[in-house]
Amino acid sequence: MQPDEILDYLIPGIMLGALYAVIAIGYTLVYGVLQLINFAHSEVFMVGAYSSLLALTWIDPSSNPTTFMSVLLVAAGLAVSGTAGAATAFTLEKVAYRPLRRRNAPRLAFLISAIGASYFLQNLAGKLFGRDSRALPTVFENKKVFSVFGTQVTILQLLIVCAAVLMMVGLDYLVNRTKLGSGIRAVAQDAETAGLMGVDIDKVISRTFIIGGFMGGIAGFLFGLHLQLSFTMGFLPGITAFAAAVVGGIGNIRGAMMGGMLLGIVESFSSPIFGESWRYVSAFAVLVLVLMFRPTGILGERLGRSA
Amino acid sequence: MTTTTTKEADVAPSGSALARLRRKRWYQQPMVGRLVGIVSAAVLLDVMSGPQGSREDVFFSLDKTLGSLRVVWWLIGAVVLWAILEFTKPLYNRYLAASVGPLERFHTPVTGPVRQLVAQTRETSANLRRIVWVRIGFSVVVIGLLILLPSLLSTFWNQVLVNEVAIYVLLAIGLNVVIGWAGLLDLGFIAFFAIGAYSTAYWTGAMPVDPPFKLNAFLVIPVAVATCLLAGLLLGAPTLRLRGDYLAIVTLGFHEIIYLIAKNADGFTNGPRGVQGISNFRVHIGPIDYKWELAPEPYWYLLIGIATVLIIAFLRLEHSRVGRAWTAIREDEVAASATGVPTVKFKLMAFAIGASTSGIAGVAYASKAGFISPESFLLLFSVLVVAYVIFGGMGSLWGVIIGTAFLAWLPQYMKDWVNPNDRFMYLGALLIIMMIYRPQGLIPSVRRKRELSMAKAGLGDADAMSEPAGGRMT
Repeated sequence: MQPDEILDYLIPGIMLGALYAVIAIGYTLVYGVLQLINFAHSEVFMVGAYSSLLALTWIDPSSNPTTFMSVLLVAAGLAVSGTAGAATAFTLEKVAYRPLRRRNAPRLAFLISAIGASYFLQNLAGKLFGRDSRALPTVFENKKVFSVFGTQVTILQLLIVCAAVLMMVGLDYLVNRTKLGSGIRAVAQDAETAGLMGVDIDKVISRTFIIGGFMGGIAGFLFGLHLQLSFTMGFLPGITAFAAAVVGGIGNIRGAMMGGMLLGIVESFSSPIFGESWRYVSAFAVLVLVLMFRPTGILGERLGRSA
Repeated sequence: MTTTTTKEADVAPSGSALARLRRKRWYQQPMVGRLVGIVSAAVLLDVMSGPQGSREDVFFSLDKTLGSLRVVWWLIGAVVLWAILEFTKPLYNRYLAASVGPLERFHTPVTGPVRQLVAQTRETSANLRRIVWVRIGFSVVVIGLLILLPSLLSTFWNQVLVNEVAIYVLLAIGLNVVIGWAGLLDLGFIAFFAIGAYSTAYWTGAMPVDPPFKLNAFLVIPVAVATCLLAGLLLGAPTLRLRGDYLAIVTLGFHEIIYLIAKNADGFTNGPRGVQGISNFRVHIGPIDYKWELAPEPYWYLLIGIATVLIIAFLRLEHSRVGRAWTAIREDEVAASATGVPTVKFKLMAFAIGASTSGIAGVAYASKAGFISPESFLLLFSVLVVAYVIFGGMGSLWGVIIGTAFLAWLPQYMKDWVNPNDRFMYLGALLIIMMIYRPQGLIPSVRRKRELSMAKAGLGDADAMSEPAGGRMT
């Protein structure tokens, strides 16, 4: 890799990192309030992508949409994928986790239920939409917008980074400044006490899932614009994003954003350095290294204490 | 006192804040909630039982299920079922509940002679259980039946018996130590299986890289066990000090790393093409020269032998100091560590024992199949083994064996009338339902059952994940 190629890998890395950060927030939020690795979050991401595929195929864009049409299609994709992701996450919590909470099930049971939900959703999508990978219809022509020191930045990269940054800023505001946010932080800190203080734990948990699902669904749509869709598409981004959440300090929202960015950039750079086929190993390698030397992640843990 | 307050609330004017808070809108009634639940379940079942999606048309399957008359029948069925359940309930309460009343007398606690009889029976059965010979005799009968089993089945089922049932049972026995006894979630169990299989390929000289000297497949077993033990220790030593669920994610990552190495390290593992010509098991001592060939039966006997040895060893372990330490860690890690149990050491031990069992299974698999490729070691299989152990009833060795044998056999049995691609959908649904209604598994161990019921009451815990899930409804 030449020094002048750094930007060629840094910019896709930032794009990828923004996506990972958005997904990682979903993991970290749920982990914060439930202390549960929501394995099914990667399927929420997949559902978001497929719902936007359905919506866009239904609208049936022409092969060469006008600028106005493109904006409309992207907006439709964002809205549908976000709603579908939120709905999936909400249902998931209601069906797979709430009954277990009601029974005070041990954590292992939660994890296994999450794995079951993940397999169920994944294979249901595989059954419904076929098991071959497919692409979203062309929504806009991926033109170059501007260049940074000779490296072109495309519309897609700009769109993904802008959407991700907007969502992250919005979430940061929501968690730190609103009533729901303080409810989420209270439940993350000590659910029982929060309950005694009048926080409706059920409602807070349910809404946490909705927020995480909304962001995960939108990330699915954005990812679908970038790469192909398949029923197993959630697995690798999902697990990388979880690694990102752990690297940043699980339960810590800003940590998840940082971890996501870090892993995206590392992944992008590992393909020219170690070879294309090794790029997915890098995230796990970083994860294992971080856990060995700093088990609580870069920014430390817990939503309630440090967010 | 409470009754008066509720009465006051009932008669309070509708304008008061309390009454407004207490009033439930029509959509908040539990009845409506149940209707929504049943209808959603019906729609889901309609979609699940519909045709497979097609490549050309995204909407194909949805059209055939939700866009046709089918869904109407499902919805009618759901509403009828709901109506029956809802409207027979008041009838049941009014007429039948009264007549059922006297029966409730039988629910009074058993006292007097009956109680003595129960105690006596318990004592006798405990005495019986103490007689080792009964247990040994029973085991011999079971093993005898298992030895006879292949001669009753066709060749196809014999292959299934060896390739699916026996290998998975061996894996499940190993994973049971990790999940069931030590309460750790290992999602990368098949990584060690892969290490075992690839060591077999390496030491028998089938890999592109030649070993320093070739080994008989039997002699690879100790080598593979040592390799897996080492890998388990290296992976477990840093992560087992952390909270329990980090282990799950790290083992998952470890599995992906091993899988990607098997797939990408072309010069060493031959990449996605896989390794061929791994030599079979062979005994060659003095005059005895026997080679395991293509027929499945000899492998069956061999695997029964290996499994029996492992089961005996693990049962001894379970009732030893080590097993008690595992139980203590599982039930309350802080208390265990406070009473002097070196928790990390014992967790590491369980993890490494599981890993080496997986390695043994890997050796058996590689040398039976003669061919391995990265696709035999997908993450899916790791999760599958976990599901098998949970289904059987983690911690109870017999439950795990029977449950695994059943679940390994079932897809083969069902493959004629269920699309094999769909079976993981059903498996996923089964896991959720199982966790909700029967988290203890098919044949639970007594201890595990008690732990789960204690956890339900808010006392103690049933896994080594240190703190219970948040947002408990106490």
